[in-house]
Amino acid sequence: MLAAIGVPSVDALYQDVPAAFRTGEIEGLPHHQSEMAVERALGRIAARNVPAGSVPFFAGCGAYKHHVPATVDHIIQRSEFMTAYTPYQPEIAQGTLQYLFEFQTQVAALTGMEVANASMWDGSTAAAEAVLMAHRLTKRNKAVLFGNLHPHYRAVIETISRYAHYETMALPSAPNTEFVESVDAETSCVVVQYPGVFGGARDLSALAELVHKAGALLIVVVTEAISFGALRSPGSMGADIVAAEGQSIGNGLNFGGPYLGLFATRQKFLRQMPGRLCGQTVDEDGKRGFVLTLSTREQHIRRDKATSNICTNSGLCSLAFTAHMTLLGEAGLRKLARLNHANAVALADKLAAVPGVEIVTRHFFNEFTIRTPKPGAAVIDALVDEGVIGGVPASRLFPGEERLDDLIIVAATETNTSGDRDAYAAALAKVLA
Amino acid sequence: MTDMTTKFFAKGAQPSTHTGNRGLQIEEPLIFEAGALETSGVDFEEPEAFESRLGDVERHDSIGLPGLSEPETMRHYVRLSQKNYSIDTGIFPLGSCTMKHNPRINEKMARLPGFGDIHPLQPQKTIQGAIELMAVLSEWLTKLTGMPAVALSPKAGAHGELCGMTAIRAALEARGEAQTRRVVLVPDSAHGTNPATAALLGFEVRAVAADKDGTVRAAAVREALGPDVAAMMITNPNTCGLFEPEIAEIAAALHEAGAFLYCDGANFNAIAGRVRPGDLGIDAMHINLHKTFSTPHGGGGPGSGPVVFSESLAPFAPLPLIRKDGDSFALIENESETQGEHPFGRLVAFHGQMGMFVRAVSYMLSFGVDGVRQASEDAVLNANYIRAGLRDVMSQPFGDKVCMHEVLFDDSFLKGTGLSTLDFAKAMIDEGFHPMTVYFPLVVHGAMLIEPTESEGKQSLDQFIGALRSLVRAATQGDAERFKGAPHYAPRRRLDETRAARQPVLSYSPAQSKAAE
Amino acid sequence: MAEPRYTSDHEYIRVENGIGTIGISQYAQDKLGDIVFVELPAVGKVLSKGQEAAVVESVKAASEVYAPVSGEVVEVNEAIVANPELVNQDPEGNAWFLKIRIANPRELDQLMPEQAYKDYLETVE
Repeated sequence: MLAAIGVPSVDALYQDVPAAFRTGEIEGLPHHQSEMAVERALGRIAARNVPAGSVPFFAGCGAYKHHVPATVDHIIQRSEFMTAYTPYQPEIAQGTLQYLFEFQTQVAALTGMEVANASMWDGSTAAAEAVLMAHRLTKRNKAVLFGNLHPHYRAVIETISRYAHYETMALPSAPNTEFVESVDAETSCVVVQYPGVFGGARDLSALAELVHKAGALLIVVVTEAISFGALRSPGSMGADIVAAEGQSIGNGLNFGGPYLGLFATRQKFLRQMPGRLCGQTVDEDGKRGFVLTLSTREQHIRRDKATSNICTNSGLCSLAFTAHMTLLGEAGLRKLARLNHANAVALADKLAAVPGVEIVTRHFFNEFTIRTPKPGAAVIDALVDEGVIGGVPASRLFPGEERLDDLIIVAATETNTSGDRDAYAAALAKVLA
Repeated sequence: MTDMTTKFFAKGAQPSTHTGNRGLQIEEPLIFEAGALETSGVDFEEPEAFESRLGDVERHDSIGLPGLSEPETMRHYVRLSQKNYSIDTGIFPLGSCTMKHNPRINEKMARLPGFGDIHPLQPQKTIQGAIELMAVLSEWLTKLTGMPAVALSPKAGAHGELCGMTAIRAALEARGEAQTRRVVLVPDSAHGTNPATAALLGFEVRAVAADKDGTVRAAAVREALGPDVAAMMITNPNTCGLFEPEIAEIAAALHEAGAFLYCDGANFNAIAGRVRPGDLGIDAMHINLHKTFSTPHGGGGPGSGPVVFSESLAPFAPLPLIRKDGDSFALIENESETQGEHPFGRLVAFHGQMGMFVRAVSYMLSFGVDGVRQASEDAVLNANYIRAGLRDVMSQPFGDKVCMHEVLFDDSFLKGTGLSTLDFAKAMIDEGFHPMTVYFPLVVHGAMLIEPTESEGKQSLDQFIGALRSLVRAATQGDAERFKGAPHYAPRRRLDETRAARQPVLSYSPAQSKAAE
Repeated sequence: MAEPRYTSDHEYIRVENGIGTIGISQYAQDKLGDIVFVELPAVGKVLSKGQEAAVVESVKAASEVYAPVSGEVVEVNEAIVANPELVNQDPEGNAWFLKIRIANPRELDQLMPEQAYKDYLETVE
């Protein structure tokens, strides 16, 4: 090959690199290993973690332990899906494009919106993109962040806003907060979570009306996608943009990523939407086919005038979502959502019977907040020693907010058994005794 | 019988079938046309009686989403998959995209319950291994780049750009220069994400033209510099497949003027193990784990874009931070727990693309530092071999010279044929290849950017070269129909993108489905 | 009909009774290819010369239409928003973009008459 190229050595191919910057072997890193050795090395590291499936498990707050059917994991490992690129050559990417079209249809229906894109990186970045989109649409610069918004989501929005010179106003965080009159003529949007980070779910219609009256937009954040099967859709309550985390459907916990941002809005806002869109068309023979469309919004064409810088999104995670959703169908999703809610209600009843424990959240889907007589972080830590992962202490998400220190956010899903609930209640009673 | 045979061949070269299928090419309806609202392929236990606590938000209306049984679901997606081209099918020579082999050991490792089934907010004592894995990845990335710090949380390359440019803004803020330094220099040949990222943060983008050899001169950068310049974003090796020979001088010029150098690391796979970006004076660079470190592209993601930082930017790296104390590890999730660092904030909920971290580390351990270096060399060797095989029949915009991991052609060899780069690319599909990257970089007319990666053997490259040479011959001999009508043998012929954009149909509705027929 | 004048960015303006009709040239339409989307300014908007007045998009390109001279928007052509393909069919006739009340007629002197624009196109090619 070198002879065909006409160079004496591979080194000669690096001739444009000034000699001073051509390095020898970099020190301190291991040499290649066999597949068996790699399995051993990574197996040892993995064994230092406690998998959610190995203990009674009740942590949520934006990432949920759900069952992923074997069919879904097989489908996403099909070579033709997993090792394909973004479908820029539609004639040989109809597989990817058709599932994206189906995915967009499902997301629009679940959220109660008119159009959905082909995914964002995750729920938090989708929420930040929603805020930027609202600024473009309203030509205003201030986002009001409701007190029930996941603090990481709030931080992501605050970070981009701070450095891009937009304003944010975060309302105090607490379970069961009331809406504070804080929408003014500068406000482009109000961001509210549904159900909230403390688990509470309530009607957003009145809020939507108030926001719209002020000429602002309502952004609804959803972190638990299974809730779409049990709760009224954000669209039916007046949402203008829905930014959601889709992990719960088809995707494992994966320590926080890769996850799947869902992004849906009204038809009239389509042109300001970020991210890729798949659209239906026909080919030269008149056969139905699908293409990426409205690309002039995107960075590879519009460059510094693009609606977003996003390029790679969450392709394969959206396949997991849409395949799981297809397997469930509406009937299955509703059953699954009902089972989640039932397990949460059963858990709440069990925990309420533990002396000293108070259930703080009145209406909830599969997640609620409890108040314990000892600091939440210490309780969760002690529960680990009893073999139970009992939720997320509010102090982990709201450090420094001492009034929340005695709260624990607890999630229940279809994966919990009554034995898990009993184990939790018994361990909690022991820890609090 | 006779009648059927006649009809079968009636439409000429394309026989028509009752189903519309053609052997293994099977037409597949949308799930909304095939499924039913009451069908479900998943079984659940019935919960014991309970009292709903959903309050006034309980859903009573139908969602309108049909389901399929398990075998129907499997068949639907397997049939769809068969309409896709993939790396496992054949060479995927997309320049700038790095479509290399995705080893399955990586998938197996990512699916270990100790990695795949852990929650981002579990107590830290139950996820020591997860943080250890992040520390191992950090060590590899900092050593390979010769840079002291890394942020793992960016979700993809463009997110990494946002991370790096935000750190630059934070550093400028700390110097009291955030208001005065508002310009970012970007070469014309840059990926679209670069100007888009700069604009997202409110920077003004100023273009820098490359020299006629396709690389950027330090003199041109010096000329564009002023007290208003915050940074330059440059890709190295650049999008023309060339190493920027004056990169160190460019870095020095920027630093002297009080500005930073951001490097788009999309092409790190050409130099990993051979050149350390830190030695070149780069201040921040993202590394696409889905390019250089073999995590699958997945039809458009998920990616992962960790960012390495120089000493001057390291203190501003975003949350979370990783701490190691002997064999015990900690994730610093809040600013109050930092020790002397000034994280610019948080880029994303949780800690980044753990699933991709595991796959990348699995690749790193398998290849080793020696293998990573050889992979870079083989990628460069393969690209040059393609260049050598095509240089006498296709045209190179900057002359025939050594390239890095990708080789760039323009459309001047098609002059007089009446054919475009797009026609040429579509004809490659009929030959069983995914086309190269076309019309990028924008600075080259009718660009064709070919990146074979190290995964291709000589036989595969020879076949690819042979096919392209025969296409060039056909094009210059006036066989226009082969190109204009291409692809002939794909699951779909050329699709009407104008129609898709004029009347956008972005979700299924029975009415629109009918209208399309 | 009044004689059109052109900019180097391929906008034209045709002036009658102090009102300028603005659109994109035949050449611009041809370069863009199939037009799929047009965005027009609000009536009443005051534009200064060189300011972005409208956006026109094909499948693979987006292009801003700049005001050739300063003035207030008095009318926009909704027909091309509903049917962007009209811009391909008759860019310098029925598929005009907007009309403005010209603020400073002297700015017109800086624009190219038809022949000068034709000569300019030769240099662009």
